[in-house]
Amino acid sequence: MIVRILSEGQFRVDDAAATELNHLDSQLETAVEHNDEPAFKAALTGLLAQVRAQGSPLPSDTLEASDLILPHQDSSMDEVRRLLTDEGLIPG
Amino acid sequence: MGVMKRVSLVFKAKANKALDKMEDPRETLDYSYQRQLELLTKVRRGVADVATSRKRVELQMNQLHQQATKLDDQARKALGLGREDLARDALTRKSSAQGQLNDLQVQYAQLQGEEEKLTVASQRLQAKVDAFRTRKETIKATYTAAEAQTRINEAFSGISEEMGDVGMAIQRAEDKTAQMQARAGAIDELMASGALDDVGGKRDDIQFELDQMGASSDVENDLRRLRGEIAASTPKQLEGSGGGANGDSQAARGGQAPQSQTQYAPPPPAQPAGLPVSDLPSANEPPQDGEGS
Repeated sequence: MIVRILSEGQFRVDDAAATELNHLDSQLETAVEHNDEPAFKAALTGLLAQVRAQGSPLPSDTLEASDLILPHQDSSMDEVRRLLTDEGLIPG
Repeated sequence: MGVMKRVSLVFKAKANKALDKMEDPRETLDYSYQRQLELLTKVRRGVADVATSRKRVELQMNQLHQQATKLDDQARKALGLGREDLARDALTRKSSAQGQLNDLQVQYAQLQGEEEKLTVASQRLQAKVDAFRTRKETIKATYTAAEAQTRINEAFSGISEEMGDVGMAIQRAEDKTAQMQARAGAIDELMASGALDDVGGKRDDIQFELDQMGASSDVENDLRRLRGEIAASTPKQLEGSGGGANGDSQAARGGQAPQSQTQYAPPPPAQPAGLPVSDLPSANEPPQDGEGS
């Protein structure tokens, strides 16, 4: 599957890594729901590290949509919340 | 559903909405390509803007650094002259300048980070736009409108995801730049106010006092030197008829004697004083005429 880390690029990640990613992802989601900043930072950092470690970067000239998209490293919780709403952060 | 999936669905929804608007799918290709080129221009401008902002911060950091060094020097001099009060004042300002500097360093690093990210983003987008253009031509040449649909959708959602990502990155960089500029403006004002002491500025009271003290000790040194010179030449003077008062005024003029005075440069106003008054307006420095009269 293809995973994009926003403002970093796309990675091809083996499907086998999905379980681990989903686990970290649900931690991230819980942290956002509970407004828990430290847990949010930890989960996001862990998730991004996992994608970078497991995945291989896609060449710049590929035109494939990603299966999963992750907030960028320095995202605030507020930014992530807005990202989740339809008319939130994405311009255009 | 986790965060990752939801975000990707938001991106896909956005792309689909744009696709749905187009009647002929192949129109989408040209329209999208135009938007891509516009975005590329915007990213490049964004990189330039961040760079400009970064340079401004760099300039301020240099100023603050010079200022801190200068204040430190002043404190050392003041202490050497036994003026702890002045030294304390200089060090207080130095610490304030240093605080601003540390703050700026953090923000400078952030701007640098944004600049790098945007540069990479612009390169990546360029590569994708090139790929899209090739794909677009292939699709147009090979497929009928109906056949082209799937392929167009693929290319379109791939590029539109990238464009969304880059668009957000530009937005972030713009926000950071705006914050930085507001901050830079505030520091400029602070420096102009003299609260941090103006580098090479108009008013610098610590330097003024030090100069005064330095000047008065220079005067003392010169007096001592002149007395020595007079003492050395007294035998000749004694032979002449001049009284005490006369001798004094000659000594004062002796300060301008050309040969022995290489180290001490008297301030300009002292020089005309030694010349006959009638020489002033005609021969010497016409621009000063207005001032003099």
